[in-house]
Amino acid sequence: MKNKRHRSKWLFLIPLSLVFFLSGCEQMVVFDPKGPVAQSQNDLIIYSLWFMLGIVVVVFGLFAYMLIKYRDRPGRGDKDYDPSIHGNTLIEIIWTVVPFVIVIALSIPTVETLYDLEDPAAATSYEDPSETLDEEPLVIHATSADWKWFFSYPEQGIETVNYLHIPTDRPIEFRLSSADSMAALWIPALGGQKYNMAGMMNKLYLEASEEGVYDGRNSNFTGEGFTDQTFKVHAESEEQFNAWVEETKSEAPVLTQEKYDSLLEPGLTDKMEFSSTHLEWVNHATNDGRDYAVERHREAYKEKLHLDRDGVPSSHE
Amino acid sequence: MNITDILVTGEPLIYGAMVSIVLVSTAAIFLLTYFKRWGWLWREWLTTVDHKKIGIMYILSALAMLFRGGMDALMMRIQLAFPGLNFLDAQHYDEIFTTHGTVMIIFMAMPFLIGLMNIIVPLQIGARDFAFPFVNAVSFWSFFFGAMLFNISFVIGGSPDAGWTSYTPLAGAAMSPGPGQNFYLMGLQLSGIGTLATGVNLMVTILKMRAPGMKLFHMPIFTWSTLVTCFIIVFAFPILTVALALMTIDRIFGSQFFTLTGEGLPMMWANLFWMWGHPEVYIVILPAFGIFSEVIATFARKRLFGYHAMVWSMIIIALLSFLVWVHHFFTMGAGAFVNSVFSVSTMLIAVPTGVKIFNWLATLYKSKIEFTVANLWALAFIPSFVIGGVTGVMLGMAAADFQFHNSYFLIAHFHYVLIAGTVFACFAGLVFWYPKIFGHKLNERIGKWSFWLFLIGFHVCFFPQYFLGLDGMPRRIFITRIEEWLPLNVISTVGAFGMGLGFAVFVFNIYYSYRYSEREKTGDPWNGRTLEWATPTPIPFYNFATIPHVDGIDYYLPMKEKGETTYDESKLEPIHMPSNSGQPIIMMAFFAFASFALVFEWIPLAIAGLIGGFIMMGVRSFDYDEGYHVEVDEIKRIERSARGL
Repeated sequence: MKNKRHRSKWLFLIPLSLVFFLSGCEQMVVFDPKGPVAQSQNDLIIYSLWFMLGIVVVVFGLFAYMLIKYRDRPGRGDKDYDPSIHGNTLIEIIWTVVPFVIVIALSIPTVETLYDLEDPAAATSYEDPSETLDEEPLVIHATSADWKWFFSYPEQGIETVNYLHIPTDRPIEFRLSSADSMAALWIPALGGQKYNMAGMMNKLYLEASEEGVYDGRNSNFTGEGFTDQTFKVHAESEEQFNAWVEETKSEAPVLTQEKYDSLLEPGLTDKMEFSSTHLEWVNHATNDGRDYAVERHREAYKEKLHLDRDGVPSSHE
Repeated sequence: MNITDILVTGEPLIYGAMVSIVLVSTAAIFLLTYFKRWGWLWREWLTTVDHKKIGIMYILSALAMLFRGGMDALMMRIQLAFPGLNFLDAQHYDEIFTTHGTVMIIFMAMPFLIGLMNIIVPLQIGARDFAFPFVNAVSFWSFFFGAMLFNISFVIGGSPDAGWTSYTPLAGAAMSPGPGQNFYLMGLQLSGIGTLATGVNLMVTILKMRAPGMKLFHMPIFTWSTLVTCFIIVFAFPILTVALALMTIDRIFGSQFFTLTGEGLPMMWANLFWMWGHPEVYIVILPAFGIFSEVIATFARKRLFGYHAMVWSMIIIALLSFLVWVHHFFTMGAGAFVNSVFSVSTMLIAVPTGVKIFNWLATLYKSKIEFTVANLWALAFIPSFVIGGVTGVMLGMAAADFQFHNSYFLIAHFHYVLIAGTVFACFAGLVFWYPKIFGHKLNERIGKWSFWLFLIGFHVCFFPQYFLGLDGMPRRIFITRIEEWLPLNVISTVGAFGMGLGFAVFVFNIYYSYRYSEREKTGDPWNGRTLEWATPTPIPFYNFATIPHVDGIDYYLPMKEKGETTYDESKLEPIHMPSNSGQPIIMMAFFAFASFALVFEWIPLAIAGLIGGFIMMGVRSFDYDEGYHVEVDEIKRIERSARGL
């Protein structure tokens, strides 16, 4: 009786996990890609999930079979009991080779996708392989600083703080760097993340196929203001994007070095836009620019921000 | 120096902690004085070099650390489930997840397993103590003082807050000023040196002190897992020692190894940390595999299936563990080729691990499974660990990892492997060997309660976190601002409290069994298969009166069939044993003092502490105490009374 109860609790975990799994799939952002890069990663994850589900079903099945069949129940006696079995070469070879085959089956698409992610053109062709959108990627420098994001559009000559506008159906080449601690730019609806590091430049290609507003954030811990180091990505048509660029260019103020230096001070800031970029005097991705922020604000890290749940300092100085 | 610069002020939770620390310490001092137990404490425990007593001290400390790390976890879960409560602020939350990670890995998982190894491995190989009993005591005190140093940080000076990985430049002097990060560096350094010494000590013990006739492939599987683990320790821990030393010099003496200024290499820290940190994962999982193998074979009443394959898988896992560290930062921008290499090598680890899982299942084939509490923990490990394992393979697929990295998917994965692997193994091993160590079994009924509470709590806590990760929730945020994340976070918190309750029942079981359990007389309560069960209980301090000649695996079974014991009066000879010594605790107290002074950058005091430590090392090198002999008459007296002859 006692054993029976244990077993039923075990079995109930299996359907429970499936229910969880199936009910959650629809809404989860990683499974709801809005661009070709996220789509390719989603495809890879779904592909791997089938293998994993297969492994789980086989192991759980065998496990349940062993527990039920070979439990030491009253009156079982020595039927089906053989304490001397300690190996079987054939079956051991089989269960070594099968995982090998699975690893190979997972490795090939993983490596393919890794190379595709480095190539903006390949990323574009995912949505419709026959169509090649002959677009040059739009270059955006994404610079993280404690605890905000600077997005510089060098071709357009504008810069935004804590929000981003991008055109759809055009690959975006993010040039990632950081003014201080290591961060990671992650827009799950558009694709996976990469690190932002001072003194280095990482390229990350993302692309939006659908218009919409997506959540983006720093996903690598950077300290006190980390939770609120987020931004919105506005994906819109080429025309709307160009109109927004024009408007920003004509109406936003020029970013002065003095203003920029004060923004670099550790703390949270609102959204802002400027009609010039900080790349004119410092590029944190270069060796010369990497200690720019530390040299100016070293003392400020000694102050605690006292951020409350609304993300604002609870006592203003 | 102002007192508010040293003590942490302004946090009600921390004031509460201070008060309870003072109360508990006062109570301990009062009780020791009232019952006149100071001499006993010093003679029997603080100066002991007996591997069994040192093991018990390791396990007690680890249980205390499990409590501390668990409280951290519950505080985090409360904060994440009730975003309106404003329970912890950002800074406090950062400190808590940092100490939770560090305490659980460095001061809970490893010491718990090392404690079990300390007690069981010499018994399993028929040895009377470690190869270097004095060093074993030094190792323990170095771990103990390291753990204490790290733990006082939250009331004195402030806790580290840069994450348990302490990535530079965030953890450097510029962005994390103050003593917090120094506590991390010195606490880990002090205990890490002890771990390294334990690795060498156990390796020599296993290689040189096995009972006559015992070949390497006769060793019990837990001893094998310990030996493989020791090789990992010996190759991995020097990397940590050097990395910590470099960051210490950066922070305290102003060098520029990992800084943004002065051409430092911040990412070098990440590389060094994970060159140690990835093998570290296997340092805490391979002994767990050993424990599960012992427990499953014992309660399946069957020989372990594929013993040789089990050993070789552990060796292959150990080798691979050094080749995959980059998978912790696929997102660093290393390029497709590098990521491909590390991605494939990471997934390869699934092959030997899969072999082990199938071997455990095959051990159950045609067996007679007894559902004792120890076996429940071991059996529950199999399906739970498989979930952690398959999601680990998914994380190993670098292109997909760009989406998983730093998200709750990762958090769920490593809790699935570390809790279902290591923590279940700690419980399984402790329950299994408890009658051997303490002379009575733990109550089975209460044990089952704690097992089911913990197991169900565990799945309820961590399974939803996979989905939070896939919905874009990153790790280490202190508040969930996106409403869709809240329901799963609440479920997760409920599960966490289930685990807490399970642990509380487990601790209650220790007390209850101490009071009411039947005392163990036979020394072999589970019908064991290996030599540790061949000693009487309580184990005499010299372990074996006469050491058997071993020629096969599971050697205690044929011994029992032939009616042999490890006591043969005709073969008794005087036994050479090491003397107790107060030097290890005093030596490490000096180094702990020096470390504490370094935390606050009080250089003259640190130098004084270091000199004290080195003097103690000098004293030791002129110490000609070579131990003593236990005479035949005394062995006879002890064995006869223990065996009821």
